Order: sequence, then structure tokens, then C-alpha cells
Amino acid sequence: MTKKSGRKQMTVSVCYGTCCVLNGAREVKQALEASLGRHRVPGRVKVTGGRCNAYCNLGPVVTVEPGGTVYGKVTAGDVEEIVKKHLVGGKVVKRLTIGEKPGLDSLPSLSDIGFFKDQVLIAMRNRGRIDPDSIDDYIANEGYLALPKALTEMKPEDIIDEVKKAGLRGRGGGGFPTGIKWGICRKSPGPDGKYVICNADEGDPGAFMDRSLLESDPHSVLEGMTIGARAIGADVGYIYVREEYPLALERVTKAIEVAHEYGLLGENILGTGFNFEINVVRGAGAFVCGEETALMASIEGEQGRPRPRPPFPAESGLWGKPTNVNNVETWANVAPIILRGGDWYASLGTEKSKGTKVFSLVGKIKNTGLIEVPMGTTLRQIIYDIGGGVLKDREFKAVQSGGPSGGCIPTSLIDLPVDYEELSKAGSIMGSGGLIVMDEDTCMVDVAHYFVAFLEEESCGKCTPCREGIRRMREILGRIVKGEGRRGDIDLLESLAVTIKEASLCGLGATAPNPVLTTLKYFRDEYEAHIYKKRCPAKVCKALIVYRVVADKCTGCQRCVKACPVGALAGARAQPHNLDQAKCIKCGACYEVCKFDAIAGDAIYVE
Amino acid sequence: MQKLSAEKLQSHYRDLKNRKKSRLVIVHMGTCGIASGSEGVLEAVLSASEELGKSGVTIKTTGCAGLCSREPMMTVELPGAPPVKYCDLDGAKAKQIYAEHVLGGKPVGKFVLGAGAESLH
Repeated sequence: MTKKSGRKQMTVSVCYGTCCVLNGAREVKQALEASLGRHRVPGRVKVTGGRCNAYCNLGPVVTVEPGGTVYGKVTAGDVEEIVKKHLVGGKVVKRLTIGEKPGLDSLPSLSDIGFFKDQVLIAMRNRGRIDPDSIDDYIANEGYLALPKALTEMKPEDIIDEVKKAGLRGRGGGGFPTGIKWGICRKSPGPDGKYVICNADEGDPGAFMDRSLLESDPHSVLEGMTIGARAIGADVGYIYVREEYPLALERVTKAIEVAHEYGLLGENILGTGFNFEINVVRGAGAFVCGEETALMASIEGEQGRPRPRPPFPAESGLWGKPTNVNNVETWANVAPIILRGGDWYASLGTEKSKGTKVFSLVGKIKNTGLIEVPMGTTLRQIIYDIGGGVLKDREFKAVQSGGPSGGCIPTSLIDLPVDYEELSKAGSIMGSGGLIVMDEDTCMVDVAHYFVAFLEEESCGKCTPCREGIRRMREILGRIVKGEGRRGDIDLLESLAVTIKEASLCGLGATAPNPVLTTLKYFRDEYEAHIYKKRCPAKVCKALIVYRVVADKCTGCQRCVKACPVGALAGARAQPHNLDQAKCIKCGACYEVCKFDAIAGDAIYVE
Repeated sequence: MQKLSAEKLQSHYRDLKNRKKSRLVIVHMGTCGIASGSEGVLEAVLSASEELGKSGVTIKTTGCAGLCSREPMMTVELPGAPPVKYCDLDGAKAKQIYAEHVLGGKPVGKFVLGAGAESLH
């Protein structure tokens, strides 16, 4: 027993990609399980349905780890030999190994790397695999295979039912069920035509999901839109992209051109008689234009300002015609749902939030990037398993979800499963999927101030609660971070928040107080420290901190003297240095370079 | 390109799937990759291919590979072997990878992020 338990756990993975299953992977898996049972090795051998290894022409593929041995074209009849020779005897069955894998055994496997291991790619299914300018690359990866199915085998109602069955919800943040939205727009009479719109006006600071999807895989969005147009009965579509996404604009424009050449857009698509055009509209980069009514006004050439709803766009949208607006990621999910079925999609995720969500993981985190995970993945998995933890292994403090309309979620909620409902319960929102990780050195009042200042700039000014309310909030927060907070400020912020939330015309105002409300809810003590003690506990707010040299710790190395951009530090080598407070601009450069921690960034009482 | 019918699209797909596999070099060029220097990597790969040979090699670019903090990234996929992802690259590293892995068939272990493919669930 001792000998056995000392051996490294072996894993046998049977690839369960479509191609391998078609080639008999199921039978191989059953045979493996039976054979393992006979040889009494299940204690140290696992049979898992692995993901596709992209050896599709060599399936069924069986991988044995450690060692990374890959067997190809395995039949149920080969299984006994693999188990006896390799798993029991420790010898590779050479006759079944595939390809030459010089040196590959020693390489780390992508599926062992935290960042990749837990991701499930649906919207980003082609990331890093296809040339965005090559439609053939897209087609070779099952691209445009859902379209003929939707155009020839399915009635528009069937498409809508499939999307409903999938449980797909708006990925731009609203989370409205996509199938229901399409159904309403389909039923809405549109004698003069209908429109579908792709909202690519991604404006949240730190968010780049839509940008990357359009840059990496523009045809997935075009295919989704064409299927949606067929379901709704639209003949014209618009993609609204901000001008500051030049690469996305270039690639999506080229993709539309090529799709026309292939007969996948334009008149008589694939010879089915269905017509659909897509136009690209360049937005000027106003945050409010991500709101659908403002976006439509902008396409019409009007000022990008929202209008009251109803009427909803599904009834009266762009130029008064029934219009369906979905976000880039929502559209990118459509083709796989049609190709593989709504049930397949709905098998991922939580009870009310199905499928996967793309997040841009940024901030104080080791692995920054774009991730796609099943709904219900916990923040802990996202931050520690995928993100690799907080930069420099500092203490995790909060994660900001949903951009300026979202909120800050504290450490105590790190096991929160991320879906629409749970985020909303925590006072935040899913938003379009920005996740900004913050560490112990982040001041939550400063964060709230940043987002509110952003929203003050981006408010269109049409309705008073948003225009004036957010401005007052920013002024109050501005005072607090400057150490001029007053008794009663917190109450005032809370009361303003209620008014702004309830009385604003559109989503921008209705969600604007979220960063303030969540930081007040979870980090109230930081507000109190700023207001009453004139201290910034995270040592961020410049007005509330003083840098000083601790003389008995200073070795006089002069690193800080060289680093100081304003010459506030002086002192001879090997002598304790002096910091001239009148000159100090509190940039923190000395603090960063001082390896002996002699400069203490302690916040002290200002008064 | 002639406009496709539904049937022709299917046969086009099958043709593409059955294309002879070449040695594939992918430089990931999303905005993040470009910002961290993937254009230099692409240039190095192209000039290495001119210098050292490019028969049976396909060089292409894609969008972001996901892990922005490790860009520039590159993937090398030889027929019959799983793709190998490289990270934190520059022109010199890319040239070495081209010579040793793409042409020589031996991955340059020290620059490797991981081997294997990501794909649709």
C-alpha cells in the first residue's frame, strides 16, 4: 500500500470533442473503465471526458498524464493493452502513440495552467486560432455552419425558441433574456422593415471584451447578427463601434466585405432568398451611447442622448422601426447555440444565468487578460485560480464589477458565485464584464470618487437628477478625499443616491450611485476615517498623508534623493536624509525605492 | 470568390478541414499584443523565414490569445503535435523559436507557456 500511495496519481483523459465521440470515444471510455476495474487501478487512474485536443483526424484520442503520452485512433480493442502495459506496467504502447512529439513531454500542459484550465470558450471559441482577416479560417473552425441551418432548416420561431431554451441573456449588462427580446421584436409589426444592432460601444474603464471579440473573430458577430435578423425579420443591421477601436473597426469592416463576396451577407444569402446588410457606424466615444436609445439617436445623426421608454426599441426603435439591440458578446454566442442546441448551452451555468461570461480581468492581479468562464464560477476561482492571485501577493481587498455602473465587492464575499442574480444581491451588477481587482493599497473613497468623476463627465445632461445629482456627489467625495469632509456627508451621499437612482431617465443615472453605495456598505469605516479622523487608511489620498524619513532606519543610501523629482530629499551619503515637506508633492517615488522602509508612508493627522 | 450556396458552403468547409497541415506559426496580434511589441515579433518571424527557409511553413496572425500580461505571444503548431504557446517574446526569442522549433521540430522550453489547445467546450 505504501508503495502505491507513494506513486504519482495518473490521469487517463479520453477526448470528448465532437470528432472523437463520432469516432467512438464513448466506447473507448467504457472499455477503459471496465479494464481499469478488472486491473484494480481506479484508485490512481481517473477517466475524464477531456476537452478537444485538436487532433481531430486522429480521434479518439486518449492522453495519459503524467508523461503526456497521447494515443490516437484508439479502439475499444486497444484499451486492454494500454491499461496493462502503460498504466500497470509503466511502459508506453508505442504502436498507438501519435505524431512526433520531440521534447513535448517535458513542456507544461496548457490544461495544467490555472489561467487556461478553468476557462470554457464559447464566445471566444476561436481566440488565438484564427486569422480574423481570413473567412476561410473561420469556416474551417465550424464558422458559418449555423447560418445555413438557421436559414434552411429552422423557422424564425424555431430560432427564437432555441435561444430561449439556451437561456442566453444580454451580455452587455442588462441581462434581459435574449430569446424573449427577439420574440417581442419579431411580433412587432414592421411593414417598412426592422433593424438589428450590435452594440460595440464599450465604455467601461478597464473593459475590452467587445473590442477583443471584434478584433479576433469578427465573423462570429456577423453570423450571430444574420441569424438574429432572420429570426426577427430584419433586413438591415448596424454595428456601432467607437472610433477609438481602430483595429476592431478595420477588421469588422473587412469581414463584412468578404462575407458579401462569399454570399454570406447581402442579397439572397446562401441562395436562400434571405437578404441582410450590415453597416458599421463609428461612435465618438461617449459613454452614454452604450445606452440603447442614445445609441440609436447617435446612429440617426442626433445627439447621443437617451429618451424615455416605452416605447421600447422592439416596438419603435431606429427611425421609428422595430429594432433589436444586442451587445457584441451576445451576438457571438448565437451561432454555437444554433449549431449545438439550446440544451447544450443551458447545461452550463447556474439556474437563472446560463452559459458562460467573458470578463476582462484587470487591476492588481498577476494574470491580466480576457477570460471566459461558466456562470456561477466564484470570485475566488476567478481571482486566485485563473488570475493567479493579487500582484506581489498583497492582500485582496475588493473587486469592482460592472464598471462605473457597478460596485465594489469585498473580501467577505469572495466565494460569491458570479451570475446576474448574485452580483445584484451584493449591490453590484454584471455589466459588460469588467473585473477590476483591488489590493490593500487601494482607497475605496478614492475609487468611488474616480468613478463618480467619470460619470459626471459622461452624463449627457438631459435629466436633472443625473446631471446635478452626480455633480454634487462628486463634489462631496472630492471634499472628503481632500480632508474637508463634514459630519453629515455620508447621509447626504446616501440620500442623493436614492434620488439619482429613482429619478434618472436612463441606466447611466440609475446605476451611477452604485460605486458609492457599495463602498459605503462594505467600507464605511474608510469614509469615517477620512471625514472624522482626516486619515486615509490605504495611504492614497495625498492631502491626508505625509511622508517622513525615519532617521534611525535611514542608511543614507541616497536612492530616494535620486528618485525625488522635485528635490525635496537631501542628505549626504551614510547620513540620515531630510525630507522638505514644503517641497514634497507626495508622489511616493521615494517610498517605492526605499528598500529599508525608512520612508514611512504613514498617514498622520492633518490637523 | 463565387457566392456560396448552402451546399457549397458545406463542401467548402470539408475542403478546408482536409487541407494538408503545414507547420503553423501564429503571432497573436490583438491590441494588447501589438501594444507590447508583437509587430516586432512578427517582423522577426518573417525575416527568419526569409533567411532560414519557409517551405511548408504557414505564418499567420490572430487576435488576442487572452493572457494580456504575458504578451507578446506566439503559437507553434506542427502537424501531429499539440500547439505550443510561447509568451513574453521579443524578436530575438522569436527567431530562435523559428529556427529550433518551427524548422528543427524541437520546442524552446524556456520560452514556453504551455502546450495544448483551447477550444469550444
